[in-house]
Amino acid sequence: MYEMISKVRRDYIGDLARQGKRVDGRALNQYREVSVEVGSIKSAQGSALVKLGRTQVLAGVKIQHAEPFADRPDSGVLIVNAELLPLASPTFESGRPGEDAIELARVVDRGIRESEAIDLEKLAIKSGEDVWAVFIDIYALDHDGNLIDASALAAMAALLNVKTPEDEAWTLPGLPVTKKPVAVTIAKINGKLMVDPCLDEENVMDARITMTTIEDGSLCAMQKGGIGCFSREELEQAYELARAKSVELRAHLG
Amino acid sequence: MEKPEKLIIDGKRLDGRAPEEMRPLKIEAGVLKRADGSAYVELGENKVLAAVYGPREMHPRHLQRPDTAVLRCRYNMAPFSVEERKRPGPDRRSVEISKVTRQALEPVLFLELYPRSVIDIFIEVLQADAGTRTAGITAAAVALADAGIPMRDLVSSVAVGKIDDMIVLDLTKEEDQWGTTDMPVAIVPRKKLVSLLQMDGNLTEEEFKRALDLAFRGCEQIYQAQRQALKEKYAIKPEGE
Repeated sequence: MYEMISKVRRDYIGDLARQGKRVDGRALNQYREVSVEVGSIKSAQGSALVKLGRTQVLAGVKIQHAEPFADRPDSGVLIVNAELLPLASPTFESGRPGEDAIELARVVDRGIRESEAIDLEKLAIKSGEDVWAVFIDIYALDHDGNLIDASALAAMAALLNVKTPEDEAWTLPGLPVTKKPVAVTIAKINGKLMVDPCLDEENVMDARITMTTIEDGSLCAMQKGGIGCFSREELEQAYELARAKSVELRAHLG
Repeated sequence: MEKPEKLIIDGKRLDGRAPEEMRPLKIEAGVLKRADGSAYVELGENKVLAAVYGPREMHPRHLQRPDTAVLRCRYNMAPFSVEERKRPGPDRRSVEISKVTRQALEPVLFLELYPRSVIDIFIEVLQADAGTRTAGITAAAVALADAGIPMRDLVSSVAVGKIDDMIVLDLTKEEDQWGTTDMPVAIVPRKKLVSLLQMDGNLTEEEFKRALDLAFRGCEQIYQAQRQALKEKYAIKPEGE
């Protein structure tokens, strides 16, 4: 998803990084302004619009009957899908999801699935035949960098916003959401680590690492991206950053 | 298979290994005639083949880049490589693995030396028993070297995980399925840099550090085996032997 960027701009962002500064004046450990607006889509059971600066991601949750997987007859189904809409960036194209959209969906999926944020065991209706499926659809509306954190936050906010389906088979008081995993992405530019890379920073970064943590600070998912590398010390430093920043982001989930 | 009550009994895993022990590893360089470079890796029950073509002219031409070569990577599982037949062709998992594999290998290449060209890496999993993406990266690095493509270093890769609350090296399929955590890692060994890191499950800070320790140690073993495989193919043997 790398865009063309002029050499002078690349050098400028690199030089700033070396001095511990950023192109939009933020501190290295500072997110852009975060806003979370839930429930704006009435046709979804739950929805959330998340803005990280100018990046905008809308997530919608639909809950429907489905057949369980054969190896898990008594477990509900979680499906996360992401679309990088052509209206969100000149570099996104119509058509089937490409590798970036698939990676985005799978990183968000792992954070929710592996933390067991949704108690899927409670979503069985009839063993082996009928369970509830929770579909989370992530819609990138405006891409100004760091779609991963915006998407993960939107997905969790939408899950927490879910109204119970009007269906007589639904007997639970609400969707059983027991944890709040939060993804924090850290970019590396010129050896400096910074949270929440904006688009310019994404275009010049050496590499990124996304660390998803739950309330107790433990990790539930990680994904390194980009063509650079991290040293061991940098990974430990990134984990410290991710833990500290996840507390801030989680506060937006209420 | 039913979930076993315990995955570690008296300090031994189900297949008799110690927690820090890797499965038997076999690496062979240059196993395919037509490919510019190739390698075969067996890690326990995993059987993985990697081939490299290129640098060669990039087609379609609109994907050419005037200042650098493009690295393309396809990770693919044979339909018969897993218990239940896998539908042929790419699925979401293999698309993601192809992407992270490419990004794990790209740091060691000098792509800027080959403008307008492409280097293709094809990884085929013939038999799978957990850890196929890491075995694929290990094989692909040897195949790149076998193709004579200049490299800063090899890339060595292995997975670590958590079973029965213990951090162990190189999970089997059962351990992956019934354990709590899987963390594939790839390392550029001489500079000790991490070029692939994924994780799902649960790790505390202590466990994360321990997992990294174990991954670095495992990758060092892989690195030595990769070098040995290349030496075996390319060492000049004295005449009469």
